[in-house]
Amino acid sequence: MSRTSAAERRGTARAPADDRIGRRRAPVPHKGAIAMFVAPFGVLFALFYAVPIGYAVVQSLHVVERTGTFGPAREVFGGLAQYQRVFDDGPFWSSIGRVLLFGVVQVPVMLGVALLLALLLDSNLVRGRRFFRLAFFVPYAVPGVVAAIMWGFLYSPNLSPFTAVTGEVDLLGADLVLWAIANVVTWVYVGYNMLIIYSSLLAIPPEIYEAARLDGAGQARIAWSIKIPLVMPAIVLTTVFSIIGTLQLLAEPQVFRTFSSAVSSTYTPNLTVYSTSSIPNFNLAAAFSVVLALATFVLSFTFLKFTGRRSAR
Amino acid sequence: MSAPTSASRPTRASRPTRAGRSPAGTATRESLLSRSAAMLVMLVCTAYFLVPIWWLLVASAKPDGRVTQGNPLWFDDFSLVDNVTNVLTYRDGVFPRWILNSLAYTGGAALIGTLLAAMCGYALAKYRFPGRETLFNVVLGGVLVPATALALPLFLIFSRFEATNTFWSVFLPSLVNPFGVYLARIYAAASVPDDLLEAARIDGSGEVRTFFTVSTRLMLPALVTIFLFHFVAVWNNFLLPLIMLGDERLFPVTLGLYTWNTQVNQLPELRGLVLVGALLSIVPLIVAFLLLQRFWRNGLGSGAIK
Repeated sequence: MSRTSAAERRGTARAPADDRIGRRRAPVPHKGAIAMFVAPFGVLFALFYAVPIGYAVVQSLHVVERTGTFGPAREVFGGLAQYQRVFDDGPFWSSIGRVLLFGVVQVPVMLGVALLLALLLDSNLVRGRRFFRLAFFVPYAVPGVVAAIMWGFLYSPNLSPFTAVTGEVDLLGADLVLWAIANVVTWVYVGYNMLIIYSSLLAIPPEIYEAARLDGAGQARIAWSIKIPLVMPAIVLTTVFSIIGTLQLLAEPQVFRTFSSAVSSTYTPNLTVYSTSSIPNFNLAAAFSVVLALATFVLSFTFLKFTGRRSAR
Repeated sequence: MSAPTSASRPTRASRPTRAGRSPAGTATRESLLSRSAAMLVMLVCTAYFLVPIWWLLVASAKPDGRVTQGNPLWFDDFSLVDNVTNVLTYRDGVFPRWILNSLAYTGGAALIGTLLAAMCGYALAKYRFPGRETLFNVVLGGVLVPATALALPLFLIFSRFEATNTFWSVFLPSLVNPFGVYLARIYAAASVPDDLLEAARIDGSGEVRTFFTVSTRLMLPALVTIFLFHFVAVWNNFLLPLIMLGDERLFPVTLGLYTWNTQVNQLPELRGLVLVGALLSIVPLIVAFLLLQRFWRNGLGSGAIK
């Protein structure tokens, strides 16, 4: 009984044709097959996603207690003690501020370039689309660690081929190293984001441009008034992924620590988590990562809500 | 995401028509200036994207890691072969081992992970069952979880079972691909018609058999896309192996190169090896892109309709 009502409730969201089939059959047809399809992923998802998240939350609520200075350590429930420490941790919050500053600059630059390149590829102004598309996408094949090592060499005054620049400007110094890292991230991901936006440009039926063209709209006008609004969903998606990526920055700054003393062990939130866990203080590290995960959720959802409301208007 | 959208590749066929339909006059008028400006932007960006890789190739070919010798962007005393041999034989061939490890972690995880994600996404798209939407929403939530927030608790759990520093500690968590489930659901909904499944049922084909013989074929372009994204994600994964693995014989190539790079100050001869190793580590992914790209794109057009 409850099952039927549940099915009916869900029925509203369903395509009518599917619904008809669903209702004609027994409550849940093909039970065995469904279990076979869902179980393998479901079990692994539970084991390697749900359980770790739950475990991190539990860990973050514990503290290590010692009886005396040299007594054996044991974990006891500590309530929000770890979160209190997270809250009071200055370097952690300045690392959050740092990646937010990073994101506010790097994400728009990266996506702006990606959008511009996608629009140019989609216009008929450019010859050799296949070549350019591939050329822009190649850096995506370079793992973040390897890209960071490569650019680290390019930035180093004594190794770089561009000594004219690196001799004058200290790209690895405290003032600029954040933007040097931003350049690495941009270099790797512009092509990837461009491809997502470009694919969604290709999905626009060409007929839509006809009317605009008859009204005398040029390429730029069509791009601004038709193409960009229509690929907004793709841009929103790439933005959300970029926000997540920014807050997760780890490999690039970790590599840059070998090139630059300006990158500390708490330079980004994730580096803080990693350094804390290798002290080791797992409980505090767990609290850091729970806070970080929540921050990521909040930021991504806020952005989705914000853009959702705007496009609804 | 790139996938369902590039699905509508057929529009590409109509592109020449689109361009052709606009009067030749306007096309040339808007061209000269805009065309050169556009090409200039494209060329500058191409230089930005490709010069670092070109430099890596050139630097890898300089003798004994003397990367600053001669013209930085042209070959000098070409010794790429010697350098590659050095990397491959350094410390009893630990580097080729890393590459093989990466291929095992990545290839295996991407293959199995794609299959599992496809099965789950397919079930979510094609069957109604209680908890379906909940399951989908939970999986979608999984897409937003930062991978780094998982690595640490995973380490703690694996260490409870004394299973850290094993192949499985990196391999098993890499199998889970929530984003793949999301993509698979979209694709299955778009490219596997319900009528076809009904027909298969009437012909007496079991659900599982239908999935493997009919549905996977219709979803193939999607599967390639999911595989590719999964492959890149695992190949690039750095934190999980960094946290899990202590034995360098288990390292994937990214972690291996990272550890070499941290030792450059003590062992300067590693500098050249790091560069050549970096170059070699890029090759498998570029090959995978080139091999799968055509297949990936062509198939998408005939597959999903959005």
